Amino acid sequence: MIEVSNLTKYYGGRRALGPISFEIDKGETVGFLGLNGAGKTTALRILACDLRPTAGSVKVAGVDALVEPHEVRKRIGFLPENPPLYMEMGVAEYIDFACDLRGVHAGERKQKIGAALALTDLLAVAGQPIGTLSHGFRQRVGVAQAIVHRPSLVILDEPTRGLDPRQIVEMRKLIHELKDKHTVLLSSHVLSEVSQTCDRLLVLGGGQILGTGTEAELAASQEPTLSIRITVGVPDAKRGGGSAGDQILAALASLELIGKSQPMEHDGAWELSVATRKDLRADVSRAIVTAGLDLLRLDAGQVGLENTFLRMVDPTAAPRAKDN
Amino acid sequence: MRAMLSIFRREFAAYTRSVMGWVVAGIAMLAMGVVFQAFSTKSSLASEMISQFFWGASGVVMIISVILSFRVIAEDRQSGAMVLLSTSPVREVSIVVGKFLAALAFLTLILALSAYIPLLIKGQGKVTGAQIFVGYLGLWLLGAACLAIGVFASCLTREMIIAAVVAAILVCGLVLLFQLTRVTDPPLRSILAELDLWWIHFQQGFMRGVFNLKDLIYYVAVTYFFLLLAVKTLEAKRWQ
Repeated sequence: MIEVSNLTKYYGGRRALGPISFEIDKGETVGFLGLNGAGKTTALRILACDLRPTAGSVKVAGVDALVEPHEVRKRIGFLPENPPLYMEMGVAEYIDFACDLRGVHAGERKQKIGAALALTDLLAVAGQPIGTLSHGFRQRVGVAQAIVHRPSLVILDEPTRGLDPRQIVEMRKLIHELKDKHTVLLSSHVLSEVSQTCDRLLVLGGGQILGTGTEAELAASQEPTLSIRITVGVPDAKRGGGSAGDQILAALASLELIGKSQPMEHDGAWELSVATRKDLRADVSRAIVTAGLDLLRLDAGQVGLENTFLRMVDPTAAPRAKDN
Repeated sequence: MRAMLSIFRREFAAYTRSVMGWVVAGIAMLAMGVVFQAFSTKSSLASEMISQFFWGASGVVMIISVILSFRVIAEDRQSGAMVLLSTSPVREVSIVVGKFLAALAFLTLILALSAYIPLLIKGQGKVTGAQIFVGYLGLWLLGAACLAIGVFASCLTREMIIAAVVAAILVCGLVLLFQLTRVTDPPLRSILAELDLWWIHFQQGFMRGVFNLKDLIYYVAVTYFFLLLAVKTLEAKRWQ
């Protein structure tokens, strides 16, 4: 369905994306995951023919987007971060306008508009001006314009952005319904969002693809990691010998840690998290006590997928134990 | 073609639904009435009165044309609505011409509403329908040229204020070209005179009820030129 090869985008002298290459099969739902500035929106805008890449090629259903952008645009429905709405128009009127732009034939227009409004649960507000609707409804109108012409590819950039929890659940349900009829690409910086709605994740960071696969495949691709949260007390006798944080880090310096956070003081005790490849709880406790510090608490757990994602986009980040 | 018509309908509806559209229309009507009172009523001859009316109305038309057009693309860019057009299989020429025609239709409506003034003059004195028609044709063509300039300026930037300033500077520059003819020698003088937006083609032609084909061609050419620039600008910016 989508073939992307060495796609690169520069803004002036700054490289925002690439070179990246990937393929997406027909009927797949793929989530672009990355922190802000990772290149998600740039990639989606290029796929939607809203942005010309600096280099590389994009083919949608075998059509080269750079050679025949209009042919690709006919096959795509795009919801950008800010839905492209005309506030003074009525909902149905706006969707009708979108049909005109996408060349929907008059004979099937009524049926397609009705279907799009029904799928996005907008029938009750079909006659209302868009400007009078809540943010959640406006987002739905944005989705309705993206699907009304039954495109083979639907691209949704941060579809849950700014929605309240109930609206997020409804949007997730809507995306699940889209999966039956369309290839869907969506972006988010919230891992749980894409992991719940997508068949496959594509993790972006610094304009590069850092990993791709299902949630389980991504987790498996990372080395197993244990997160240990340590709470340390600093006895009065040790207070004169440099800052407490430095003393704690010095005590742990000889251990094989793959990441650690800065110690933070809470109610007289110091807390920090460290990541290890094997269970080093005994070594940690020994090191703390040997350094003359008080070990007040030690919690350990496997890191969650969110931490896997964070480690992919920022290898220096210290993981947190998964909440069970 | 269907997309162009649809864009035209949407844009025209946006003018008629918005308070801004009717405020502009109201101000235009008021200004034309004031101009008529201030200048036209001082003339004793009906034909002079009507020329004076068209003289004043031309200034109003140039100003409201810039106001009606500077936002057409820039506002869509600023609000994000432009993405709907830029990711749809719609040619740039359809976007530009659809929006231009909507602005021109609204300008035509305003001009039609002002027709009571020359009709009043006609009822009181000796003025031919042809003189009124030619005068209005001139206003309409002048307005179309200014609208095209405004649409072009609107394509240049997403900042509406900048688009308005650029459009105003372009219109003022073209109107004041004739001033340069006083300090230049032939053949540059005649070239500048023929390029002038108002003096030669409106003030000495349409305003006095004189129809010259070259004046008609000039306004059509200016309109076409700036619409072409707008289309090319939009083409260049669409993929950026």
